[in-house]
This record gives sequence, C-alpha cells and structure tokens, in this order.
Amino acid sequence: MYAKRSRFLTIMLTLGLAFFYIPMVLLVIYSFNYSKLVPVWGGWSLRWYKELFQSAEVWSAVSLSLQIAVVNATFATALGTLAGLAMVRFGRFKGRTLFGGMLVAPLVMPEVITGLSLLVFFISLNQLIGWPAERGFATITIAHITFSMAYVAVTIQARLTGVGQTLEEAAADLGAKPFKVLTAITIPQLTPALISGWLLAFTLSLDDLVIASFVTGPGANTLPILIFSRIRLGLRPDINALATIMILVITICVAIAAIVMFRQQRADLLDRQMAEREES
Amino acid sequence: MTVSTTVSAAPWLEQKEQQPLVQIRGVTKKYGEVTAVDNVDLDIYKGELFCLLGGSGCGKSTLLRMLAGFEDLNAGTITIDGVDMADVPAYERPTNMMFQSYALFPHMTVEKNVAFGLEQDHVPKFDLADRVHDILKLVELEDFKKRKPKQLSGGQRQRVALARALVKRPKLLLLDEPLAALDKKLRKQTQFELANIQDKVGVTFIVVTHDQEEAMTLSSRMAVMDAGRFKQIGTPTEIYEFPESRFVADFIGSANIFEGRVTEDGADHVRVETEFCEVFVDHGHSVKVGSKIWVALRPEKIRLEKSDEVAEGPNQTSAIIDDVGYLGETSIYKVRLPNDEVFDVTMPNQSRPTHATQRLTWEDKVKISWDPSSAMLLHS
Repeated sequence: MYAKRSRFLTIMLTLGLAFFYIPMVLLVIYSFNYSKLVPVWGGWSLRWYKELFQSAEVWSAVSLSLQIAVVNATFATALGTLAGLAMVRFGRFKGRTLFGGMLVAPLVMPEVITGLSLLVFFISLNQLIGWPAERGFATITIAHITFSMAYVAVTIQARLTGVGQTLEEAAADLGAKPFKVLTAITIPQLTPALISGWLLAFTLSLDDLVIASFVTGPGANTLPILIFSRIRLGLRPDINALATIMILVITICVAIAAIVMFRQQRADLLDRQMAEREES
Repeated sequence: MTVSTTVSAAPWLEQKEQQPLVQIRGVTKKYGEVTAVDNVDLDIYKGELFCLLGGSGCGKSTLLRMLAGFEDLNAGTITIDGVDMADVPAYERPTNMMFQSYALFPHMTVEKNVAFGLEQDHVPKFDLADRVHDILKLVELEDFKKRKPKQLSGGQRQRVALARALVKRPKLLLLDEPLAALDKKLRKQTQFELANIQDKVGVTFIVVTHDQEEAMTLSSRMAVMDAGRFKQIGTPTEIYEFPESRFVADFIGSANIFEGRVTEDGADHVRVETEFCEVFVDHGHSVKVGSKIWVALRPEKIRLEKSDEVAEGPNQTSAIIDDVGYLGETSIYKVRLPNDEVFDVTMPNQSRPTHATQRLTWEDKVKISWDPSSAMLLHS
C-alpha cells in the first residue's frame, strides 16, 4: 500500500526524466529547423530530411551498418549459444574456468584495446596470407562478432541456468538421443534468449564506433563513423534528421514489442483462468 | 498360442523363486565429501509398487536418478531385467520417469507431449495415434489433447505426466514425489487412482516420497531411508507393526519409546523391566537377559480408563492426564507416568460425551494398559 507520494520523490523523478529526454526532444525539434546553423531557429522545415534522402553517402553508411549488424548478430548468436551450452551443460570439463574467463574477457576489455589488437592482427594476417587485402565489411564484421558473442554467451548461460535441466532429462528419459534433445527441447526453450541475444548483438554492432574505426578501411564508413566524422566538422542539421528517423524506428519497434508482450500476458492469464475453472 | 503365466500375486513374499526385476548391489553415490547413497542393496520384483520413503536429503531421489541413468554410480551395480545398466545411457534404458515438477514440454500440446516418447522409437503413425489415445483415455484426458500444459490445472498436468511416462510401457516406472504438487484433498483421491492405474497396466512402480501416509497407502513394499542407507525394508504392515529401530518406529506413525532391561527371555514371551511397570510381550524375540532394550508403544494401542487405584501388574500403570486434544474423530491425551515421562494416547470418540463427568479431562487420575502383543521391542 502506498502512502501519499513524497513530493521530494516526485521532483527527483521529474528531473531525472527531463535529463534523459529533453536532449532528444531538442534534437527532434532542431531536425525541423530551416536554419543551416543548428542553434539558430530559422522556422519549421523539412529541408534537412530532403537533403538526407538525397545523400548517397548517408544511405551507403546505413546500408553497410545494417548488413554488418545482421551478419554479426547471426554469427554471434550461433557461436555464443554453443559457448553458453558448453559452459552450462557440459559439466566440469578440463579448462572450463579458463574458457569461462576468456569468454567474458571481451566484456571488460577496453574497446580501444580490442580495436587496436584486432587491427594489428588483421595487418599481420595480411602480411602472412594476403588476406584481408582491404579492410572494410569483413574485418568490421569479424571484429564485432568477437566481442558481441560474449554478450550472447552470457545471455544464453543465464537462460540455460534459469530453465534448469529437467526438461532435457525428461526428453532423454523418453528415448531422445542428445542431438534430438538439443533440437526438440533445448533450442525451443532458449528461443527468448536467442531473440534477445540476437537483438543485443545487432544493437551493439549498430552502435559501435571505436572498434569499427580501428578495423575499417578507406571507403567503408559505418553509420556511427559517418556521424562522428561529420560532427567533427561542426553540427549539421541533416544528422539531426537522421537521428530523428532512428528514434522513430526504435520507438515503433519498442511499441510493437510491448503490444506483443501484452497480448502474450493476456493469453497466459486466460489460460490460467481456464485451468482454474476446471479445477473446481 | 497360449501362454500360461504363473506370476504370483506377491512375488516379493516368495523371493527365493522369482528373479528380481531390479537388482541394486552395493550402490554408492558421493558428491564431493557427502555420501548421498551409501552402499545399498535392494531387490524389486515385477509388478511391485515399491516406495522409497525418507526425509529430504536421505538419498531417495539420488537413488531414483541413478536408476533412470541421470547420475553415475561411484560404486556398485544396477541390473534391470538381467541387464547391467552401467553402460546404458538414460535414453536407452527400459525405464521411464515421472518428474516431481512433471517436466511437461511447454511448447507442445498434451498429445505431442505423450507422443514424444513413441516418436523417438519410430512407432508407426497409426499405432502411435492409437496408443496415445488409449493412454489419454486411461487418465481421462481425451478432451484435453489439444491443450498446452499451461492451460491445464495441477491435477490434469499430473495425469499428463503419468500418461507420458506410461505410454512407452516401460519395464520400470520411476515416480519422483508424484503427488507432492497437488493439494491435500486431490492428493488423497489421486493416491488410490495411481494404485488402480498401476494395477491396470501392470508396470512395476518405484515411488519416491517423503509422505509416510502416501507410502503406506500406495506401496506393496517400502524402504525407509535415512542418511543414504535403508533403515528397514518391508510391507507397510511390517514396517508399522514390527519396526526394527527407534528411527523407523518414530518416523512411521508416532510411538512412545522408553528404555528397559530384559529380565526373562522365553521361547514364546519376553519380560522387560522398566521404570514404571513390567512389560510382558507374548511372542519370542532374540534378546539377551540383562541387556538394555527399547520398548515402543503406538498411541492407539494404549487403553485409558478413569481409576483412582494404583495400577499393579504387567502392561499397566497409573497416570495423570496432562493435556487433552480433541481432534473430532479421535482425542489425543498426554498422560504423565509415575516417573514423569509423558505418553501420547489416542482414543476414538465412539460416543458423544453427553455429561461432562463422562469426559476425561485435565488432572484426572487414570490407568493405562495395553495388550501383551502390542509392545514392540527395539534393539537400536
């Protein structure tokens, strides 16, 4: 039971939310600013959106980022799941502690170090076997997989520990061989973690500036690299427009997820009620 | 073709003639320093409903999991139907298990859950459908086959779990606390249902439970477990009426346990001297004159009557009522003996006490007594 809400708490909550959201609101408003100078208000306009849609440079960056993000998320999910399974379901194999440590190391490694070491690695590899001749899509994707895989592995480990082993034991008990248990029981059980792991890896990749800057080459600009390089030349209103579109897309995604979850909860509630009615 | 089967109704009573279905020999399981199951031996015969009874952590579930093939043995052998199970993985054992949590596959319908085991054996489609239908009929869930587990009540889920474990017609069905997740009323009803189903399908059941009432109602034989070992193995009646130790006497039902010294050891009787009276037992017992022994008396086997006189003679003593608990069908009396020991005595309330004077109450002087056959002598 809540007593009267303290005024202090209300004020702190308002301030906190304002701190988070006012910058975004400002960014959205300024994306509709006619003026070329960001801080100067020149009236409402869609000018920068038009320029944005005409900029081949921006769209190639968006396309590259999305491609890298999708490939990265898919590979990272596959590898991370295998690593998570090894950690949770394979008992105490030799070198498990070392493997577990190495698995989470990328989570705590400073990004500059990861980026730098990968760059050195790619250069030496190029000298040794002549690949990669040019840094870009492939090198960025590989770099992203190495660190986002760790996040997926952690997510999968948590889920595997959470659901326990009973269902897998039940399947084995009913005669399912290990591979069948994996495909018929474990993977369906992991679905929520697989989805969230994939989305996490996707977001991490889309977001990454530091590591991508190290391992990219001439001509391969991801979206964060593009935005950052433009900001260095001064604030540009078309970037505001791009950011606004991104906020819109994210909001739509979150809203869809919320609706799906709400429906799921309502279905669960109905199921439970149905079960309870029959109990009596 | 006629097959004449002369399967005895109670093969465990004539153990010499029958080959046990399950043979457990010297089985030990250690988790680090802790010994969960400690060098146990057990034979279980075809058609039995065998209960492993014990408190939490006594090793009963570990033993069940070893039978199913989920746990390795540190020592000993498990043989099922003549085959050593050492190198047989869980998915090839002739056993099926019903899990305490039921472990129904949440993403499959009732029908799919039940069919899962048969599909692993590549049972032909038409046969599979028939068998799934038959078993769902047996547990009265035909109308629910398209539902997902979360759309079922607790009792329905329990029956799906049972159907799924039975549909493969295992040689041995392992049940881990099959009724623990049900509420009390449903549990009582299901106890009998479970025994009926076992009777119908003729599969050997091993049931793990911590509920002594459940074990008593269900089992043909049971084993009382403590600290990884069997304390006693026998039929429910044997265990209740002839416990071999204080632990068993106290664990199954309740018992008033007191110390005594053997004064006479005859072929058909034993006399024991105690602090408050002489105990006379009308059957022989392997005891030594002069040795210390424990006597256990079940509360319902003690008679209680109002009496001001000092009780003399064997199997009786004077006492004073310390406390009375009215339970409806019975009353429980706490009576204080001359040596200040307190006994529990239960008596059925056969007639309504219409006058207050008829009722036994606090501070009443009473005489307690019991039949010569009632006292149980325990060595440990």
